Amino acid sequence: MLTAIIALASIALLFSLGLAIAARAFAVKVDPRIEAIEDALPGANCGGCGLPGCSELAKRIAEGKADVDACPAGGEFVAHEIAKVLGIEFTGGGITKVALVLCGGDDQVAAKRFYYNGIYDCASAALLFGGDKACSYGCLGLATCADVCPFGAIDMLPSGLAVVNPEKCTGCTKCVAACPKGIIKMVPIDKKVHILCSSHDKGGKVRKICKVGCIGCLRCVKEAPEGAITMEDNLAVVQYEVDLPEAVVETCPMDTIVVGGVGVEGVSGERKKAAGGEG
Amino acid sequence: MAGGKFFGGVHPPYNKELAQDQVIEVMPMPERLVVHFTQNLGAPPEPVIKKGDVVQKGQIIAESRGFVSVPVHAPTSGTVKSIDVYPHPVGVDIPAAVIVPDGADEWVEGCNDERDDTGLDEATLKNLIHDAGMVGMGGAAFPTHVKLSPPKEKPIDLLIINGAECEPYLTADHRLMLEKPEGIVTGSSLFARVLGVKRIIVAVEKNKPDAIETMRRHIVDRKGFSVEGMNVVYPQGAEKQLIFALTGRRVPAGGLPMDVGVLVQNVGTAFAAYEAVRFGRPLIQRVVTVTGGGIVQPKNILTLIGTTFEDLVAFCGGFHENTGKVISGGPMMGVAQYSLQASVTKGTSGIVLLRQEEIPQFVSDACIRCGRCITVCPMRLQPSALSIFVERMHFDEAEEYNVADCIECGCCAYVCPSRRPLVHHFRRAKAELREKSKKAG
Repeated sequence: MLTAIIALASIALLFSLGLAIAARAFAVKVDPRIEAIEDALPGANCGGCGLPGCSELAKRIAEGKADVDACPAGGEFVAHEIAKVLGIEFTGGGITKVALVLCGGDDQVAAKRFYYNGIYDCASAALLFGGDKACSYGCLGLATCADVCPFGAIDMLPSGLAVVNPEKCTGCTKCVAACPKGIIKMVPIDKKVHILCSSHDKGGKVRKICKVGCIGCLRCVKEAPEGAITMEDNLAVVQYEVDLPEAVVETCPMDTIVVGGVGVEGVSGERKKAAGGEG
Repeated sequence: MAGGKFFGGVHPPYNKELAQDQVIEVMPMPERLVVHFTQNLGAPPEPVIKKGDVVQKGQIIAESRGFVSVPVHAPTSGTVKSIDVYPHPVGVDIPAAVIVPDGADEWVEGCNDERDDTGLDEATLKNLIHDAGMVGMGGAAFPTHVKLSPPKEKPIDLLIINGAECEPYLTADHRLMLEKPEGIVTGSSLFARVLGVKRIIVAVEKNKPDAIETMRRHIVDRKGFSVEGMNVVYPQGAEKQLIFALTGRRVPAGGLPMDVGVLVQNVGTAFAAYEAVRFGRPLIQRVVTVTGGGIVQPKNILTLIGTTFEDLVAFCGGFHENTGKVISGGPMMGVAQYSLQASVTKGTSGIVLLRQEEIPQFVSDACIRCGRCITVCPMRLQPSALSIFVERMHFDEAEEYNVADCIECGCCAYVCPSRRPLVHHFRRAKAELREKSKKAG
């Protein structure tokens, strides 16, 4: 019994000494900052930075090949954390962008031209005449963007419209790439006035098929400060670098311009008003 | 070799008796024609007319752009009322010219002249075929002159004239073979001359004995021609399946019939080539079958390209009250239309109108892995596995499993007990892969 204990103990001692020596002799130098940076990153491996995953980005940041604010999902907070790890001052603190679906035409206000009985997926639906919506620019409401969002930041309204929740959106831009209609845009999170339409159709056509579409009447352009809203091929587009007063909402005869909540609450509220007001 | 059997296939109800005895009628001039500028696969042609222009019959309204492209001609004389986006029956909304006919139906100079083609060399014939705006009229609308230009290292030794018409309901090719056999045979020999081919097989499914009989009568004194009756199984008329059934040659995955020394042309295309070369008439009309349980009087109609479905339906006595679906093409491969403003294109072989009770309404389910789709896929693919990949957006794996070889015949979806929209999945995957290769340059 005693012999066995001594024998095992000495073997254990021998091996542990061997391991200790090996660990010293063959040690691979790992930058401790990489691990610290990786801890600071969100760890969702969303790919928003354009790299295979968070650990790859952490490596690049430590090597100085990427900026501390290279993670679009993490935003300013993460950038500060990483700057702390690297022992530098993060001064950028630039505008964080969130995704916004530039369409307000749910089933209550936008017409459909046929009954679609196919695969529940926007990219598949768009293969047949561009989808069932009468507006060829409109949100198809089949949740392709919500499916690809790694953060669950896109809500599908029961009335068939995708709405980004800016609280949860990290700006990874996956939905922007996934939308077959190309109507999801990145907008500064601190801007509150948006024009929720992507239609380049002429006003007359828009009026026929959607109650909240931009008809290109130019009223908002005239009312807004110089350069804040521009007309691009029959569509009013907000230029976010210029400040836009909220009062401009009142000028829109179609309720296409919304203010404040780009979240579910705000948008559905606006839509209800539009639906009730005109139909 | 005739009567050989390709792998897979299905036997849907053919329903051809609705229209097969209807003699081809000429459609009276409609009040307006909606002519799409893009009528071929490949590069879209460049429009050369504008609103208000006066055009003459046979005048070019869109020039071909690049090699895989053919011009589009005005189907009649008249005024261009507008240029706007209209539904194209293949499932896209694209620009088209709305032409209001002036009733004179006057040909542009240089067209509609009978000519003697005996002395013409291959290049001239090919040019005539290109200038006539000819595309495959079986449905795919691939430019004919491109098919007639195989590279030197791939000599063609067999020309197959495809009169199988395996798609249910459609009878346009059937009627054409009965009524214009001489033109089809002459057109076929023109193709053979361009290619230097000595052997021509006219392939017809055995459910059209009268067409086989007629074609046989018209080839007796022609050298190199033969007529073969084919087994009645869908998709017998698909290029690769037809070649295998006739010759036992297997077109390699991702390859073309020219890889095995064969060229396949539709009977309608052969007839159009005859019209183009012998009479200098560009491709501005075709035979369209308007049929199905939803139409009052099914008909085979010789109509101008650009005739709206609305006018065709009216010419057939309108539709029954409970008509629920309008399909351009046949029920297996056709595309459901949302508007009767869609118009006939060079590839429109038929319009099928179905009554509400003829349309299966279903909710699709998960794959139960029964393997029925695998036993019917004539391309020997695994539709079950492919659809699961696509559902999970694993497009690379779908590519590995050769989704690009899918001919979209619909056999898999036809037999699927879970009612899965398999072809729709594969079209999505193909679109995704096209996008990917575009990005890769």
